[in-house]
Amino acid sequence: MLGIVLTGLATLVLLTLLGALLTSVLSGGIPAFSWRFVSTIPRKDFFDVESAAILPMIVGTTLRVLIMTVFVMPFGVVTAVYLSEYADPASPFTRWIRSAISNIAGVPSIVFGLFGLGFFVNFLGRGLDAVSGVGTPELGRPSLLWASLTLAVMTLPVVIVATEESLRSIPPGLREASLALGSTKLQTVWRIVLPQALPGILTGGILAVGRAAGEVAPILFTGAAYYTAELPGRLTDQFMDLGYHVYVLATQSPNVDQTAPILYATVLALLFLTLSLNAGAILLRSRLRRNQRDAA
Amino acid sequence: MDAPPARPLPTAGVEETEASPSLVTPAIQTEDLCLFYGETPALRNVSLSIPERQVTALIGPSGCGKSTLLRCFNRMNDLIPAVRVTGRCRIGGQDILDDGVDVIELRKRVGMVFQRSNPFPMSIRANMVYGLRLQGIRNRSEQDQIVEESLRAAALWDEVKDRLERNALELSGGQQQRLCIARAIAIRPRILLMDEPASALDPIATMRIEELILDLRRDYTIVIVTHNMQQATRISDQTAFLYLGEVVEFDRTARIFTHPREQRTEDYVTGRFG
Repeated sequence: MLGIVLTGLATLVLLTLLGALLTSVLSGGIPAFSWRFVSTIPRKDFFDVESAAILPMIVGTTLRVLIMTVFVMPFGVVTAVYLSEYADPASPFTRWIRSAISNIAGVPSIVFGLFGLGFFVNFLGRGLDAVSGVGTPELGRPSLLWASLTLAVMTLPVVIVATEESLRSIPPGLREASLALGSTKLQTVWRIVLPQALPGILTGGILAVGRAAGEVAPILFTGAAYYTAELPGRLTDQFMDLGYHVYVLATQSPNVDQTAPILYATVLALLFLTLSLNAGAILLRSRLRRNQRDAA
Repeated sequence: MDAPPARPLPTAGVEETEASPSLVTPAIQTEDLCLFYGETPALRNVSLSIPERQVTALIGPSGCGKSTLLRCFNRMNDLIPAVRVTGRCRIGGQDILDDGVDVIELRKRVGMVFQRSNPFPMSIRANMVYGLRLQGIRNRSEQDQIVEESLRAAALWDEVKDRLERNALELSGGQQQRLCIARAIAIRPRILLMDEPASALDPIATMRIEELILDLRRDYTIVIVTHNMQQATRISDQTAFLYLGEVVEFDRTARIFTHPREQRTEDYVTGRFG
């Protein structure tokens, strides 16, 4: 009885909080939300309702999440396959890798921002610039590429853990069956284990995307711009970002009351984008599961 | 036969000369085979000569090492860390315990059927061609022919011929196990290892598997681990009784179950322990 009451109460509190949040974002944001707002590049003052627009921020956030995914998925999956299929669980080397992964997961995101600046931008970028001998910094400055890579490092543990989980759930009998038919370990991993683990791997991808889409701290020093006149066209371009733009609108506006609706509308767009990135990945996963069930 | 073993191999009763294990070409011959899990011995000085194209049953109480011994023959124990094997095990004139042995090639010659049926969660056809593709057989009509032959040999063809593209997991437990047998023989091994293949099946499905084994005996050397002593008497030509990692007795099945030499064998087969 007490359990039911407590569960009900918890549900009520959570739903109320969520409802209040959504209502406030929706009611504050809808007046400023329009097709023009989401589909144009702000040419003049983006603190002004008349000229505010967020297309570059939507593009920037989407791109950095997609590029991050391209990097983090192969890396994370290969690491997880190594750890669960190849590594000797008792060796100190494996334990180091594992503790390194949990440590990455525990690092605050602003530290990733500083790491990205120090390692990717200053060390790697400038180093590559020096090697290729260009006069003006090409890679040695914040860019879409470095921001995405920083996010990839941050979300690596999420992908590794989810992938390992899904590899573990595959019955050992399937691996034995494959090996007993004369397949190599690699063939077994590639043809039996990974296809079976794919839905779980995608879950890892969904979690990583969800985590990364809303993060601002890691991209602060590694690629996000206060303002760029053009959409990012190359990996070395800086970009505007929805989350960072929310911060800019909230703290840099000359007229707080006038900017508030734009702020809300931008938050709305960020919520919507995060939601649709997640929904896209979930749809892909369920289609995959269906295909697997129907067999081929 | 290979070079004479260092110590006499268990031989069969002299009265049944024409099929006695020692006179038929051995398909598998072990000498002083020992296996350790870490420091714990699991097999002690196993010396057996398993004849070609016959059914050899391995019996014994749980934990006696019969599955471990079976898994030596296709080196499946390699998958377990900290396993150490000493002694010799000859298959096809080659000591398969040598470091230089191509384990992949060995497993193509020595197929295995597991206790729990383990079809891949793919179509029946995909299950059947999995091993063929590993062998580089990609021609569709050649594949189809082998799939049909193997499924017929496993007495499954008539039940699945109209639904080869359906998921193998839709089959019943007995059908799944026969599919696993069909999948194993599709790559034409010489030897078929079976680890309690019918222990998870109902009596009718078990009967069909047993009929199948008697049928396959013409073309394959079969080594089967079983808990079921009636099953051993029904299907096997030889029986090895293992106890605490040792082969206590290896002889013609009829002899093991009627006139065993060893007291321990008699106690076990008459149900006094185990």
